[in-house]
Amino acid sequence: MEIKHTALAGTLESSDIQFTLSKGTGVEINLNSQVEKQFGKQIRKVITDLLAEYDIKNVTVRAVDKGALDCTIKARLIAAIQRATDTQNQPNWEVLG
Amino acid sequence: MLNKVNREIPDDILKDKNYKPFETTEIGNPETTYVAHNVKVTQGDDKLVDSIPDVIAKTGLKNGMTISFHHHFREGDFVFNMVMQEIINEGFQDLTLAPSSLTNVMNDMVIKAIKAGTISHITSSGMRGSLGDFISHGGLKDPVVLRSHGNRARSIENGDIKIDVAFLGVPNADAVGNANAIHGDAVFGSMGYSLMDAKYADKVVLLTDTIMPYPNTPASIKQTQVDYVVKVPKVGDPDKIGSGATRFTKDPKELKIAEMVNQVITHSPYFKDGFSFQTGSGGAALAVSRYLRKSMIQKNIKASFALGGITKPTVDLLEEGLVDKILDVQDFDKGAAASMANNENQQEIDSSWYADPYNKGAAVNQLDVCILSALEIDTKFNVNVMTGSDGVLRGAIGGHQDAANAKLTIISAPLVRGRIATVVPDVTTVVTPGDSIDVLVTEVGIAINPKRKDLIAALKNVPGVPVYTIEELQKRAEAIVGKPEKLQFTDRPVALIEYRDGSLIDTVYQVKD
Repeated sequence: MEIKHTALAGTLESSDIQFTLSKGTGVEINLNSQVEKQFGKQIRKVITDLLAEYDIKNVTVRAVDKGALDCTIKARLIAAIQRATDTQNQPNWEVLG
Repeated sequence: MLNKVNREIPDDILKDKNYKPFETTEIGNPETTYVAHNVKVTQGDDKLVDSIPDVIAKTGLKNGMTISFHHHFREGDFVFNMVMQEIINEGFQDLTLAPSSLTNVMNDMVIKAIKAGTISHITSSGMRGSLGDFISHGGLKDPVVLRSHGNRARSIENGDIKIDVAFLGVPNADAVGNANAIHGDAVFGSMGYSLMDAKYADKVVLLTDTIMPYPNTPASIKQTQVDYVVKVPKVGDPDKIGSGATRFTKDPKELKIAEMVNQVITHSPYFKDGFSFQTGSGGAALAVSRYLRKSMIQKNIKASFALGGITKPTVDLLEEGLVDKILDVQDFDKGAAASMANNENQQEIDSSWYADPYNKGAAVNQLDVCILSALEIDTKFNVNVMTGSDGVLRGAIGGHQDAANAKLTIISAPLVRGRIATVVPDVTTVVTPGDSIDVLVTEVGIAINPKRKDLIAALKNVPGVPVYTIEELQKRAEAIVGKPEKLQFTDRPVALIEYRDGSLIDTVYQVKD
């Protein structure tokens, strides 16, 4: 799937994560996390896996994490992906299921 | 070697610094000798000094000496920065800094003094913010020694901390050094921690913005103890010394924890007329006093005393007649500080009286119920209040190890904070050994230390208080947040955590970034 334009999801509240997706070459993830030392790898894995499920190969991901749980990270990233690919009205049920 | 809480204590530290590894929470009946201090005899007529540079010269401060301060002004302290700046300016080197604790407002000045070579050793109750970060990244060559309030009193008495010059800010004093903290612009109530410095330092300097007529009473610090009095423009910012009106938390999680803590207390064998308690200052702890008040009225039970750092809600209980006496070593808010002037049953106590393990019996030994907080607690009930989830120093022992002596010691803490588990397999840093902890209360339920069979029996069927093993709570936390990667440290110690008897309970290492 192609990123059509920059899109944002999430907030900077504690226990949330804010994603900004924009066009890029290859997958580039800039993560700024309060829990980098303990969960940095795990958060990157969640992001990478989800992008792969959506078959997104070219994207720049900026993530500002305030200690979000994996379920929150997924939900925010899915929202950002749908906004960036203009597919809010055609959710990818295979991924969501 | 491994100590009794399974922490590896480097042998060279045990040897070089003459430490014993932590063995037991039992203090027993050792014999000790208190040190004496020097007295320069005066008739008391020439104690008023015009300026900080003058008084530093008069004290005879030299390189390598130990200086002390108190932290009763908390985040509103002006005295520490004023004095320390002058000591740096005058080029002193290699001093030991031995305050009762360090607050955020002092951080930048301490870092500056370390960089200038003025401070080369530190002992404190704790540190946080930029200073904790600086030390955790190896900013000071010699490891910081962290001691509880009771242990600081013990160390001053037996000479482990030998204070050469104490610089003590006070809201008022007369020209010969009689001082209290209940009158003036910057009142902070009890002078608890600073009373040790006034009693044991070779040279005692008071700094105040309010000179009172002689004799200034009530005198917490007395003219017989004081060498010099300096008038400064302002000792502190009253608005930052303690929070104003204490607001009760509205956080449903904290309220649930508080309600459950209250259930634990009221269903314990200790909840009877004449019981005693210490609550501390956290959000949940404050809310406990509200639930406890209701239960005390319902059951017609009164407390004989409340102990420790005091807040307005505790003073309210005193004024309502639900608590007979307050033993007050420190005041956390304006209401508690202000009431000290009016309530004769709010007794100021020094930190030896409060919590010292090596005297003829401290107040903590009489305590029934104590509620404490935790950054982390592990499946052995060991508690960490010193290092954050990133391994960086960001806390203070305070009276934690001391008050945990209570007959019923309750840790109130949420199961997780954001993505960080509070209940963990092993705490990053052991501050208070699990042997002192009786019950953990979280928002999902409680865990009781298995050695307290009496409490397990008393609390097994309390409505709304599910009982788990601590391993179950730990697994539940992990199921929510996941399994964290292990923190990485270098092999260089940056802080030594003493137990209250002066033995070494854990070591904090420099973080790897």
